[in-house]
Amino acid sequence: MKVLLAMSGGVDSSVAGALLLEQGHDVVGVTMKLWGGESDSGCCSVSDVDDARRVAQQLDIDHVVFNFGDDFDRHVVAPYVAAHAAGVTPNPCIECNRHLKFDRLFKRADQLGFDAVATGHHARIVKRTDGTRAVARGADADKDQSYVVHMLDQSALERTLFPVGDIDKSRVRAMAAERGLRTASKPDSQDVCFITSTGGRETFLGDRIGFKPATVVDRAGAALGVVDKVEMVTVGQRRGIGLPGGGPKRYVLDVDVDGQRVVVGDEHDMLRDEIVVDRITWTDRPITGAVRVQASAHGATALATIGEAAESVRIAWAMPQRRIAPGQSVVFYDLDDRCVLGGGLAR
Amino acid sequence: MPLTYLDHAATTPMRPSAVEAMLPFFSDRFANPSGSHRFAREARKAIDEARDQVAAVIGVAPGGVVFTGCGTESDNMAICGSAGVVVCPAVEHHAVLHPVEHGGGRVVGVDATGHVDLDQLSASLTPDVALVSVMSVNNEVGTITDLAAVSRLVRQQAPQAVLHTDAVQAAHWVDLRQIAPLVDMMSLSAHKFGGPKGVGVLAIADGVAVQPLIRGGGQERERRSGTHNVAGIVALAVALAETDAERDDENVRVTVLRDRLIDGLLAAIDGVVETVPRPRKVAGAAHVCLEGIESESLLYLLDAAEVCASAASACSSGAMEPSHVLAAMGVAPELAAGALRMSLGHTTTVEDVDRAVDVVADSVTRLRRLPVR
Repeated sequence: MKVLLAMSGGVDSSVAGALLLEQGHDVVGVTMKLWGGESDSGCCSVSDVDDARRVAQQLDIDHVVFNFGDDFDRHVVAPYVAAHAAGVTPNPCIECNRHLKFDRLFKRADQLGFDAVATGHHARIVKRTDGTRAVARGADADKDQSYVVHMLDQSALERTLFPVGDIDKSRVRAMAAERGLRTASKPDSQDVCFITSTGGRETFLGDRIGFKPATVVDRAGAALGVVDKVEMVTVGQRRGIGLPGGGPKRYVLDVDVDGQRVVVGDEHDMLRDEIVVDRITWTDRPITGAVRVQASAHGATALATIGEAAESVRIAWAMPQRRIAPGQSVVFYDLDDRCVLGGGLAR
Repeated sequence: MPLTYLDHAATTPMRPSAVEAMLPFFSDRFANPSGSHRFAREARKAIDEARDQVAAVIGVAPGGVVFTGCGTESDNMAICGSAGVVVCPAVEHHAVLHPVEHGGGRVVGVDATGHVDLDQLSASLTPDVALVSVMSVNNEVGTITDLAAVSRLVRQQAPQAVLHTDAVQAAHWVDLRQIAPLVDMMSLSAHKFGGPKGVGVLAIADGVAVQPLIRGGGQERERRSGTHNVAGIVALAVALAETDAERDDENVRVTVLRDRLIDGLLAAIDGVVETVPRPRKVAGAAHVCLEGIESESLLYLLDAAEVCASAASACSSGAMEPSHVLAAMGVAPELAAGALRMSLGHTTTVEDVDRAVDVVADSVTRLRRLPVR
């Protein structure tokens, strides 16, 4: 097959390239230039492009750079800023996968005559008994990235390859070292690529939105303190909410940016019986009934029941669960906790 | 499959005579020309002769020829030494634009062909202006500047100002002797006319003061320190002399090829917009914008078919950046997104041109079948 391999300059996509070649595919590497501003972390910096190009040279495959900066600004950065301004907690890496890797890049790959797009994600694509495909958890449970690629549908899954999804991360590194790839011991990227480790989220947002203060209140409305940047507060947060230490554990239950109010409560107040999930994408067809639900990149799953399937669904937890911050991705897995069925954003 | 090279504005193949001229300086004639022994004198003689040759082609005194490390260095040397406000048009190469912006200079607009807007230039020429830099030929779209008009304006309205021109893209196509009397400083780059990379010229008119960018051993009359790139300088002179001798014939020959290329594309596919009218640009420039096309996709397919072309300048990651030249010209962003810069040169043949028409037309047709937006 003619495969377009998304190369971030990390070890996973480097080994993915080596494996695809060993499997006999015709591979071209591509690095997407997404963020034009300052960056010292995450993927896509100039030095990461250098690493990707050097690995491609080592593998003797062509390497190109596609500038999708405008799309990244439009689909990832602007919504990220808007979400924080509205008191919602976005997940920019998932939006990048949705709009850039598995949409913009896919269309480009189709146009240029590629049969498939490959990435270094730790996830697997499996065929289910009914013949449909699904994203399944990667072999390395600690590195599983099925959550962040949950939006892939049948047409995308047909032409996606995750060459390292079957392999433990430590083995991936060993394979890179065996093949002499320069990225063998490069640390994993952890952070949002457009947020610098020196300035952080606060500097980034502060340059783009005017922070507003808010009153911190309990559930009865009694004022407990103040925060000076309500846009930085997230549902579920415990620290940095302007309350003196030593008291009872208090969690942010609700953030009202317009009303400039942060409601806090104890652990019990955090619990919810149900959650509404918007902007659902389904792996195949809409489903109802019992599923396992994951609401953070490496979080545990909980049993729940999906009510009527629609673009927004109401799901009932089997046991009360902590409130999920609005804007976070909520992903449905099958009862084996193995295959993705769909997902969306917490309301 | 033959490689079809239509990226001469990026760099043009070295002339065999220039390669030949370099070789002795990598072996027998290795000396440092600043030394005091006979080997040094021999190397020094080669540089002195090269300087005379270059001076003759440009039309300045030999003492006005400063050899630099590249065209960008020449531009920076001209601009960064200026003690007042610097003015340039928005379509300049980044080698001019970035130092001007860095120094807080003024950037003036251009017309739809990419030519500096003389009214805007005139309005910008206040008494505090110390230097005006206007390129002779644009590197993306090929527009030729009416330097006589620019020069008249600057001399009248800002007689105190030094006039510099980045002539890096001009040397191949325009008689530099016509430009030299109009300006005070001129930048050249050897690899754009068949010399090697890593050597350039800043030509300076008599009586015009410049500040060194690089200080040290005092080479080039204290204007550009650093051990001479003897082989590069010698090859630059050979390539420039040959370019100069062939220029008139080449202009005729390449104009025919360029017209064949653009007319071929216009006939083969719809939605081809010639960016600048032919009489306004140099013979080697064949810049078009293709409706409904993304340059990156087109360049990928051209590359796969071994046709070398470009779109705009690349950033440090290698990604294509939207063209500041087309933006300044007022080309709509949707159209500018489909920019294709083909540039012809001394090795371009009719076979190259015909093959490029076929490959570009096929690629555009294929891309338009699967529009992405």
